[in-house]
Amino acid sequence: MGILNFLISFAVMATIYSIFAIGLNVQWGYTGLLNFGIAGFFAVGAYTSALFTLKMPTGAIAGYIKQAFGLNMPFLIGVLAGGIVSAIIGLIVGALTLRLKEGYLAIATIGIAETIRLFFNNEAWLANGPQGLVGLPQPLHNIVPPSFYNYIYLLIVAVFLVIIYIAAEKGIRSPWGRVLRAIREDEVMAAADGKNVVAFKMQSLVFGAFIMGIGGALYAHFSAAIQPGVFEPLFGTFIIWTMLTLGGTGNNKGAIIGAWIVWAVWSWSTLLINKVVPPSFATRAPFIRYVLIGLLLVVIIVRYPKGILGEEKQVSKF
Amino acid sequence: MIELTIYGIVLGSIIALGSMGLTLIWGITDLFNCAHGDQMTVGAYSAFIFTSLFAHLNILQTKVGPFSFNWGIVVAFIPAILISIMLAVAIDRWVYQPLRRAGVHSITGFIASIGVAWALRGVVYIIWGADFHFYNQGLRPTIVFQSGIKFRVDEIFIVIVSWLSVLFVYLFLNRTRTGKALRALADNQSLALVSGINVERMLIWAWSVAGLLIAVAGILYGIETQLRPEMGWIFLLPLFAAVILGGQGSITGALIGGLVMGIAQQVSTAWLAPSYKPAVAFIIMILVLIFRPQGILGRRSR
Repeated sequence: MGILNFLISFAVMATIYSIFAIGLNVQWGYTGLLNFGIAGFFAVGAYTSALFTLKMPTGAIAGYIKQAFGLNMPFLIGVLAGGIVSAIIGLIVGALTLRLKEGYLAIATIGIAETIRLFFNNEAWLANGPQGLVGLPQPLHNIVPPSFYNYIYLLIVAVFLVIIYIAAEKGIRSPWGRVLRAIREDEVMAAADGKNVVAFKMQSLVFGAFIMGIGGALYAHFSAAIQPGVFEPLFGTFIIWTMLTLGGTGNNKGAIIGAWIVWAVWSWSTLLINKVVPPSFATRAPFIRYVLIGLLLVVIIVRYPKGILGEEKQVSKF
Repeated sequence: MIELTIYGIVLGSIIALGSMGLTLIWGITDLFNCAHGDQMTVGAYSAFIFTSLFAHLNILQTKVGPFSFNWGIVVAFIPAILISIMLAVAIDRWVYQPLRRAGVHSITGFIASIGVAWALRGVVYIIWGADFHFYNQGLRPTIVFQSGIKFRVDEIFIVIVSWLSVLFVYLFLNRTRTGKALRALADNQSLALVSGINVERMLIWAWSVAGLLIAVAGILYGIETQLRPEMGWIFLLPLFAAVILGGQGSITGALIGGLVMGIAQQVSTAWLAPSYKPAVAFIIMILVLIFRPQGILGRRSR
């Protein structure tokens, strides 16, 4: 029973990470946009959905929990709002940085993600500062006993993953997707063909940010509690880069495979390590994962740059 | 305000040390080294190995003049710098050189450097744990002026050592043949190549210079505050901001950029929560990127 529960919650997280990896694949895999600030979009999606679905605290609780607003809306509206607000942030980021050289975009996105995290951490009026928000509503929670709830949630996130996967695949196989790949391969050439390079990059960035916002919202309602500490760059951004690079940049199936493998390494190594190491070492053991994931990323990039699946040959369907 | 500016100069000197190596590597290989901050952490902890060893052997425990630390840390600079240089050269050999050989885009190296950063920090966490460490326990003497301005005696040491290191590297880059070749490479690669400069050999020098400077920066920051595994990562944004402000490959620009970032971050605490410091560096960087993307002393984009 314990094992099964562990597997189900593992599957939910792996599915949510698959969504992030597809979002990154749209931006980096197809268009060559370096987004090192996934954690920022993750946080915006999660907090937006939390604020949309939670009630405004009243009475004695209002003294402990501060939030800018609480709209008490249904789950689906919250998730959608998470995606939309994240897309708007993507629009602003794009307006500031898309005309810059690609390396600068990467550094700028690191900075934006850090700024967003610091903002949620410092501005307690917005979403309760470092303590974060708890008690996020979980959809359909009353149709099964609480111990079985994760099965329902797995179904919900799987539906989202399928929709997002189909949308990303349809997009990349369309003429629009061809332009994105043309920009990735040779920006000057694409511009010479009369394509508005900045506009296409913006669309790709915003589309990816929308997907990431939805992923963030789904995460928020799964854990039912969020605080700024979750959106650290390691956990929120770079693990997703490792996932996509491992699975195969430019391949949505690869993004999903990579997400499952890396998340398995991340969550199962903890179990394994805790069994093997002496208790005196237990507080340091989780950091073995940092080394593992870091080395994995380096080894893939240096030795196997294509990842597991590599980029799929794209044939446009009319 | 004057006090904050003084703190800013202290912080800025440390950032300047890190940014010089960063801009040199960036100028030569087009690589943004995301592991730069974490290599700084490794430098600081390498010195900690030796200060702990000295404390264990009970040698070099006398205090240095009016400062809070003992001679152990002064001696520990040397092995820590050597470790840092070896690490930097080894990383280049194992990670970035194969990528250069394969002729892949510099962005790939950027992503790989994040893996390096992550692995290094993991090792630091595993060996030393997440707790704070100090080179020396005990009180840190401060100087108080009549006007109420106060700062720690150690900070004089920090500023002097960092600017001596800067001077040392500056003389190396400007007075020696190797140094001139390095600057030539960072400034205009194709012209340097035509004059027969061996890039791979020069890169070992560049990483050595970077390794030296970040070890010094790490130790000095460790003296100023404390050792913790995240100490280098929080410098990443200020470092990038400093080199972008200075302009790609410009050593003088990186120095000025480092000082500006240090002062701007500290002075901002007069109005903003201190935890916003990285955001201040970031916003300055964005403004520079929008209005002067080549930096204050940068070459024209080609």
